[in-house]
Amino acid sequence: MAYYISLYVSLAIFAIGLVYKVLTWFFLKTSLYSKSIPTAKRLSSALKGIISTIFSPKILTLIKVFFLDIILQRKVLKEDFLRWLTHILIYGAFMLLLLMHALDAFITSAIFSNYSATLNPFMFLRDLFGVLVIIGICLAVYRRFILKAPRLTSNPMDIYAIILLALIMLSGILLEGGKIGSYCLYKQMVTDYAGLEEQEEEFKALTAFWVANFGTVSPGLRAPFDTELLEAGEELHEMSCAGCHSRPQWAFMGYSVASAIKGVALGLDRAGIPTVLWYIHFLACFIGLAYLPFSKLFHIITSPLSLLANSVMDRQLSDPANIATRQALELDACMHCGQCSNGCSVAVAFEHIGNVNILPSEKMQSLKRVVSGRHMDEKEIRLILDGTYLCTNCHRCTDVCPAGINLEELWFTMREALFQNDYPEFCVLSPLSFYRGLMRQSIAESDYRRPLTLAREAIGAGCALMKDQGKTINLTPSDRGLQGELRLSDQASSFSACFGCQTCTNVCPVVANYENPKEALGLLPHQIMYSVGLGIKDLAFGSQMLWDCVTCYLCQEQCPQGVKVTEVLYELKNLAIKNVYKD
Amino acid sequence: MRFALFLGCTIPARLAQYESSSRAVLERLGVELVDIKEFNCCGYPIRNTDFKAAILASARNLALAESKNLTMVVLCKCGFGMLKYAGHIMREDPTLREEINTTLKKEGLEFEGRIEIKHLLSVLYHDVGVDAIKEKITRAYKELKIATHYGCHALRPSEVVEFDDPVNPTLFDNLVEATGAESIYWEKRLECCGAPLTGVNDDLSADLTEKKLVNAQQSGADFLCDACSYCHIQFDTVQRMLNDQRGGNHPLPPILYPQLLGLSMGIDGDTLGLAMNQIDISSIEGFLSK
Repeated sequence: MAYYISLYVSLAIFAIGLVYKVLTWFFLKTSLYSKSIPTAKRLSSALKGIISTIFSPKILTLIKVFFLDIILQRKVLKEDFLRWLTHILIYGAFMLLLLMHALDAFITSAIFSNYSATLNPFMFLRDLFGVLVIIGICLAVYRRFILKAPRLTSNPMDIYAIILLALIMLSGILLEGGKIGSYCLYKQMVTDYAGLEEQEEEFKALTAFWVANFGTVSPGLRAPFDTELLEAGEELHEMSCAGCHSRPQWAFMGYSVASAIKGVALGLDRAGIPTVLWYIHFLACFIGLAYLPFSKLFHIITSPLSLLANSVMDRQLSDPANIATRQALELDACMHCGQCSNGCSVAVAFEHIGNVNILPSEKMQSLKRVVSGRHMDEKEIRLILDGTYLCTNCHRCTDVCPAGINLEELWFTMREALFQNDYPEFCVLSPLSFYRGLMRQSIAESDYRRPLTLAREAIGAGCALMKDQGKTINLTPSDRGLQGELRLSDQASSFSACFGCQTCTNVCPVVANYENPKEALGLLPHQIMYSVGLGIKDLAFGSQMLWDCVTCYLCQEQCPQGVKVTEVLYELKNLAIKNVYKD
Repeated sequence: MRFALFLGCTIPARLAQYESSSRAVLERLGVELVDIKEFNCCGYPIRNTDFKAAILASARNLALAESKNLTMVVLCKCGFGMLKYAGHIMREDPTLREEINTTLKKEGLEFEGRIEIKHLLSVLYHDVGVDAIKEKITRAYKELKIATHYGCHALRPSEVVEFDDPVNPTLFDNLVEATGAESIYWEKRLECCGAPLTGVNDDLSADLTEKKLVNAQQSGADFLCDACSYCHIQFDTVQRMLNDQRGGNHPLPPILYPQLLGLSMGIDGDTLGLAMNQIDISSIEGFLSK
């Protein structure tokens, strides 16, 4: 009764969760353009896309991806053999257990007319698959907590998944061990299948045979037994039991447990422990089932879908409605394996900057929260934006993702969506923007320019003196601290050697580009060097010249005094950004 | 000759033809390349906002190559400049080096300062040599005028990058001329391509690019030759975008040096990825001697 109630409850939760999750793929918005696409349009486009793909040559690609990337996990194998072995053991053997053991009433009995869980090969295979899953779980724990595979971090979701799997497997094996030794179950079987419980002699013979050979622990009978008794028992066994009961030694895991607990088996049996274990086993399975759509294990469904969708979709050619849907699905397809962060080109920057959102696998977790619409404060959003922008668009995360998620495209669209919060992001003023510049035709002009203007304005806001061009400036150094701060780059303090020849400004191709360079750039390179010399922060930080410098080093190369003009400009950029945060 | 090949981020993602053509050419010239999968960002794009993060990124690459006792060959000039700079500053500044090494040691790496960093062109010029290159040329160009674009971060700051004479460089011209082409003089040959401001100040970037291209064209160039991922994408992809936006003057097609060299060595156009360039360069084959 409890079994069926919990089965149906968990099935219902699973079904509701699944439907809800699938629906979210059609209404969650990961990008600016997806905001304008209604859910109904996304549903109909998806249907159209799926049907037209299935009835096209692309079906061959899908079949290939299904076998190579989904069943055989080619992408994981390519990156990391140990991880592949771990995963294939867990998922492969678990799937086999699911089909052969958990769904035996529907699948195994339908295929094999003489199926019985206690008959070989099923009895042996169940333990074999079980032990393979356990080896997989042990490897997973080893990789995570002992080997500490690089960039593999464990969040609660990861740990729950491992605990749940371990609980299902261990309770199953303990249950089997308990059942093998159980005298109560033995008696029950005798009643059901042999009808011997009233015939004392026969019952004794059969029991002796089972105690001797099947691991049953009887309160009254102990080995050694007479050969005659055993022979009689064997005869009865062949008559009533052998037809659907192989020797339990074949269930090698359960039998080992039974042997190990032999001494206390009677006590455990009387206390009803096998029944308790049975409850734990099926409840763990049902909790897993109900929790599946909300857990990391949901990737059993979403990762294959992501792999399939990405194998036949294209940024330029696919229906934008389907890309919006695919991106929402991709958020669910991530299983937090860390492979992307391991391949990430800028992951090393995390070691210095410390913003976890730089790491793709962690960025993904944050972006899930952003898309779900949960409230976040300014600081959190800016950290996510910063981590998302600190990316060279090298595509390595996407290339290695075992779920085939187009991470690079996801970062790109999510960055643009995050810009809508109107918080300044200073990385836009660096060559990290190169790729965005190449992609500008995919962004509306006003959306494209806004973050660039915003970042410059935020830096300019703290530099009041820049706006007051008419003001006479006191030549007494206003901030000696500034000079002390310029100590990172090679000889950045060389600005003090500047004697004002203006060669730097005269050779600068940026200055030469404007008829009225002061208007376009604020201060010119030599004026910035003066400002640094005089310790006037507002002028040193507030000039547009800093951000329009192409770092061609012509100024520095030509300076007769050896002032490291470009290095000074580089360092001022760093300081100008820090100056904003100081306030 | 054995080198660790540093590709950086842009080439594998957006300029695969630079990699394939460089590999093909270097293989013919007997240069062996070792791939280090763990290489990461060179640090260049991070330097504007975070100096130490940039140096750390660079230093990790240097330490990786050092751990294999290999000299690095870099295809991108911005990457080359950054790696050279990082090596230089860490030799100059022991405190910084120690700080960076403390982080690197967490994964068993250390920058010791032994590393040598070379650009592709330096390897071709100094390690292979112009004469050895000439020996492999089977179809020299005839009457082909090339505007040779040096790239800022290879030339300057000269005491750090040690590439060539910063004021009157000849290394790249000599390599271009080894193929039979003429490397013309043009006034803006040592100036910036504009790429560092693409995405930051696109109008300014476009102005700089356009001025260079006009100057090269007016000086009689048939093609522009470059050897840097940023410069090439700027002259190729961005030039094409500009022609669409600003109205189509006749484009000056850019060709990557290993593509130019490869063709004259008889390497096929597919290996050199000629068709992957955004602006059609197929007409260059018309300049090859039969």
